[in-house]
Amino acid sequence: MQLGKVIGTIWATRKYETLTGKKMQLVQPINSSEEEIGSPIIAIDTIGAGPGEIIYYITASEAVIPLNVEMAPVDASIVGIVDSLYSEQ
Amino acid sequence: MILGKVIGTVWSTKKDENLVGAKFLIVQELNLDYSPKKNTVVAVDSVGAGVGEVVLVAQGSSARQTILTKNKPIDAVIMAIVDKLDISVKDKIEKVVEN
Repeated sequence: MQLGKVIGTIWATRKYETLTGKKMQLVQPINSSEEEIGSPIIAIDTIGAGPGEIIYYITASEAVIPLNVEMAPVDASIVGIVDSLYSEQ
Repeated sequence: MILGKVIGTVWSTKKDENLVGAKFLIVQELNLDYSPKKNTVVAVDSVGAGVGEVVLVAQGSSARQTILTKNKPIDAVIMAIVDKLDISVKDKIEKVVEN
């Protein structure tokens, strides 16, 4: 799992049929010091995260598991909202 | 998933037999302000996208999670056509404008 910050939402009417009703968020990957790493990705939001929130997300085919559908072309899903973060670095 | 724009089509006659019937599109990766990146990717279309449209591409083994691409040698699939981007974090908007 990686840490990220929600920076926006994507609206797409036409999407793969099993994704109907699912929300898509723009996520900027960050490190434990909240510095940005690399370019933003798009992830399916299964928990209702909002803009500005620090979240953690999963990637690769595991990202389909939280959607509760048999098949969905999804390679990133938000699975948790971070309440607080302690890191010695 | 990554943001991209469909910039062309790929035709090929000689290919893996599992790929017969699939529609291949060339997708150029985009920044959040829709400015193009250098990378392009060849992706199978699962939603009926056309040239010029902004789309989302799922990559890796997730690309095989559609009826069209199941168990086929495919690692990129177009799974949504983008209507609108809402970028609501202030510092990010400024950054996009700077770029």
